[in-house]
Amino acid sequence: MARTSIQTEVVSTASDAAIEMRSLHKSFGELEVLKGIDFHVGKGEVVCVIGPSGSGKSTLLRCINLLETPTSGKVWVSGQDVTDPDVDIDAVRRRIGMVFQQFNLFPHLSVLENLTIAQRRVLRRGKAEAERVAHANLERVGLADKATSYPAQLSGGQAQRAAIARSLSMGPELMLFDEPTSALDPELVGDVLEVMRSLVADGMTMMVVTHEMAFAREVADRVVFMDDGIVVEEGRPEAVLGAPQHPRTRDFLARVLNPGHRPSLPQADPTL
Amino acid sequence: MTATTAAGRRGMTRRQRTRLIRGVQYAVFVGVALLIVLKADWPRLSHDYFNLTIARQLFPDILSTALKNTAAYTAMGFVFGLGLGLVLALMRLSVVAPYRWVANVYIEFFRGIPLLLWLFFLGYGVPTATGAQLPGQPYSPIVLGLGMPAAAYMAETIRAGIQAVPKGQAEAARSLGMSHGRAMVSIVIPQAFRIIVPPLTNEVILLTKDSSLVAILGVTAGTKELTKFGRDSLNQLVSPTPLVIAGLCYLIITVPLSLVVRRLEAHNNRAR
Repeated sequence: MARTSIQTEVVSTASDAAIEMRSLHKSFGELEVLKGIDFHVGKGEVVCVIGPSGSGKSTLLRCINLLETPTSGKVWVSGQDVTDPDVDIDAVRRRIGMVFQQFNLFPHLSVLENLTIAQRRVLRRGKAEAERVAHANLERVGLADKATSYPAQLSGGQAQRAAIARSLSMGPELMLFDEPTSALDPELVGDVLEVMRSLVADGMTMMVVTHEMAFAREVADRVVFMDDGIVVEEGRPEAVLGAPQHPRTRDFLARVLNPGHRPSLPQADPTL
Repeated sequence: MTATTAAGRRGMTRRQRTRLIRGVQYAVFVGVALLIVLKADWPRLSHDYFNLTIARQLFPDILSTALKNTAAYTAMGFVFGLGLGLVLALMRLSVVAPYRWVANVYIEFFRGIPLLLWLFFLGYGVPTATGAQLPGQPYSPIVLGLGMPAAAYMAETIRAGIQAVPKGQAEAARSLGMSHGRAMVSIVIPQAFRIIVPPLTNEVILLTKDSSLVAILGVTAGTKELTKFGRDSLNQLVSPTPLVIAGLCYLIITVPLSLVVRRLEAHNNRAR
């Protein structure tokens, strides 16, 4: 009880957000990748982060579960300061699901074992319970028949859905997605987005780094545009994607939505 | 002919030239083989080197004692070397600098000194200084003599294997809340060992051959391995045949292992 009351105090100083960041900086040697990010994600909110490659989107995401250690600044997850050196980072990560661009399924384990190993080793669940949870989550992502397969036998879309099910099996409070569809063949993207849509419908708190603008517009409560290590613009998806205020956002969207188009150059007349 | 290619100028097509070159290669092979078969003194050779009467006297001891001891010394050296090699590999990858230094010095030392010198040191150097044999005779000098240098080579192989496991694997494991140690044991090391089974099998082949150097450690009748057995039989029976048979006995161990390595490597190449 005493611990709960202390945590409540922390929450009151850091707001009730699922994720809260204050003046977050991250450098790799001389290269400053994040140049002071202030940012929050509310409970149950779906936030999509867009921006050119090298803008710091993935690093931002990886600072939340401390796959990267911030150079300075603070990050709170559900009110707990995860940048405090005394925090049990393994305990924090248990509550945060992470989905990677390259899936990162464990190739030496079957799909079922991929979903049960952390439940058993980290959460200390029994074999029967872990497998029950795993089967339920495989069902949820449409892979009920793949439990005994190995990752090498799955298509990219199936592998990514298995990876999502693996994260879900830990019962996370929030999910981080790092370009979850960027490594997929175009025809397999839809299945993964469908699973992500169902998570949104269930009220999962999600932060998604993505290049899928249509998906962001459809499901996001908020879209964040990052460039060169700062948040340039954020707001409702129809505002950021439909009527961007900042020239860098407009330039980026023009290039992404219309790859052949180069607004800075005079256009050749196609009739000539 | 107005052909302007090189082959055309010589009045031959490319196919004809290829046939001619291949024909010459076969002709040389057949010629040399015929020369050997016709000119060699076969009765003399077989009497000296493949003398069945002498060979029969070697059995069953050459199998039940010598081959068995060679296999046992190799296995002991390998198990000791593998255990110590794993520890050294983890030390080389440690964040604690002194561990890395110790592992580096050990590895460079044993990779740099001749095995024969090390065996002399254990078998004769230490007893000369202390006035007593190492405890655990006769196996301790054999296990340490073969195992400690083998550990240095295996440490490098294991380290390379651990580093060959994609970084995303450890990241995925940590994201699920596993500790560093748990991620190593359950996720990284099992995959590393899969990668290094072929080079480790090669290490067994090398160790099998190196076990012949144990012959210098004044072994008794019951602890003779193949080389010592062949050497002593050479004196007793006054014929090189025992050495030839001992050599064939080594091949009983090394050739199947070599075939296993080839199959595993082919399998790994397919899997990638």
